[in-house]
Amino acid sequence: MERLIEMIPLFTRSLEETLIMVGVSLFVSTIIGIPLGVLLVITQPNHLLPNKWIFHTLNVIINIIRSLPFIILMVAIIPFTELIVGTSIGIEGAIVPLIVYTAPYIARLMETALLEVDRGVIEAYQAMGASRSQIIFRIMLREARPGIVLCLTIATIGLIGATAMAGAVGAGGLGDLALRYGYQQWDVEVMLITVVMLIIIVQVLQSLGNWAAKKLKKKA
Amino acid sequence: MIQLTDIRKTYTVGKKQVEALKGVSLNVKKGEIFGVIGFSGAGKSTLLRTINLLEKPSSGSVVVNGQDMLSLSEKELRQARKKIGIIFQHFNLLSSYNVFDNVAEILRMNKVPKDEIKRKVEDLLRLVGLADKAYHYPSQLSGGQKQRVGIARALATDPEILLCDEATSALDPQTTDSILELLLDINRKFNLTIVLITHEMQVIKKICDRVAIMENGVIIEEGTVLDIFSDPKQPTTRNFIKTIFDDEVPQEILAGIKPVGPVSHILRVAFRGDAALDPVLGTLCSRYPVTTNILYGSITSIKGTALGILLLHISGEEKAVEESINFLRNSVYKVDIVTREEVAN
Repeated sequence: MERLIEMIPLFTRSLEETLIMVGVSLFVSTIIGIPLGVLLVITQPNHLLPNKWIFHTLNVIINIIRSLPFIILMVAIIPFTELIVGTSIGIEGAIVPLIVYTAPYIARLMETALLEVDRGVIEAYQAMGASRSQIIFRIMLREARPGIVLCLTIATIGLIGATAMAGAVGAGGLGDLALRYGYQQWDVEVMLITVVMLIIIVQVLQSLGNWAAKKLKKKA
Repeated sequence: MIQLTDIRKTYTVGKKQVEALKGVSLNVKKGEIFGVIGFSGAGKSTLLRTINLLEKPSSGSVVVNGQDMLSLSEKELRQARKKIGIIFQHFNLLSSYNVFDNVAEILRMNKVPKDEIKRKVEDLLRLVGLADKAYHYPSQLSGGQKQRVGIARALATDPEILLCDEATSALDPQTTDSILELLLDINRKFNLTIVLITHEMQVIKKICDRVAIMENGVIIEEGTVLDIFSDPKQPTTRNFIKTIFDDEVPQEILAGIKPVGPVSHILRVAFRGDAALDPVLGTLCSRYPVTTNILYGSITSIKGTALGILLLHISGEEKAVEESINFLRNSVYKVDIVTREEVAN
């Protein structure tokens, strides 16, 4: 027990590392992913801006990135990571691949959420003379809010899973703690505690997401 | 107000070419309510959507309010569309906005000042009878109420034309009636031109001035509603009218008719206006030695004009029957001699 109390700073530091990695990469991935998701929807045939070329290119790129396991993606893009943040290790070194990994995921989830918006509603505003940007920002993104919230919740949880592997480049985090102490040193207690912490975080996040989506939908 | 000329529309479904419109021309006058009726797949929805270019025709010309719609730039088209309101079968309201915002949003997009939006939306909601539901969400409304929101939204941009895409098809008969009353009301109040498509003859009968009957991508018959109802030419038109005047006579009854005299006919008599109220049959029987027998009779009002349809069995001596038919022809709108097969179901 005393040993565990001594380790408290280790836990809090790991938690902090996880939160930073998740927070920053979620923020940037969302900024990249949402426009990509919108593009993925409006370039479909019979939508606002049909464009086969953009649609298929995006589709293929997203599929390629999405089919790589995170640990492989992280190693594969080391030169790119170094180009962007000047290093491929530590938290900064992990955040770049996390973004590359999560942004296409968000784009894909956004696509699903936005396709839920009734085609008839979009058509109604086209018929009333609304412009494309008005339809995207004031109709589609607003109508899809419950779906978008759920999509970001799922993406966040996926991101937490991916940060566990960020330990491989020395970025730390809860997952790394569980791996190093639990798996490599067979320290069951530490592993259990980190796992419980992760479970609690995921539970809270999912409940929060569900609650917000429900709240938005209820109004609807 | 609206001139469609030789509109053709071909879709490519897989490798097959489907011709939805095969050269349709249409002329809708300002302030009238024009109905297009047809079974599903007749092309009426495609036709309606060419008016605001939600469907771009493969060929033909679309002139709305003197403007050649097909020559407009994207920006000009958006401007032109603001003068053409549209309502839908499934309402297409924004589920995340309340009633007020559903009507207001298009005005906000058009950068109308806030206080003017408030005044305008409140007026519109009062017009459609939803003033007390302004802060309800669409999911809390009935179908009829949702369509009222749709109508208020369509009127928000002060359109000169209102397109109705099967606007009452998802509603029950009573609600349909109240929505039609509302459409008639705004047609009179704002001299709004209304084009509606439907598969229900009841809708045509209730509010339309003129009607076009569509089948397989062409208009097969067109005219004032009164003319079409009193004298339908095409079988499809007759089928639609049967939903209002079900003038079929069961076989058993036809078989039971006993002619008095050598000549016997079944007549389809259409009365119109005042003639529908004159005692024509009484005069006929007292003046000519014929026996008459009413097989079917119905009278209805089409936009204020009475229209009566009678199926009459008449028998007697040849001369007397001939004279009475002539008398009838002079007294009523139209008399057709029909065969037994035509009236039997």
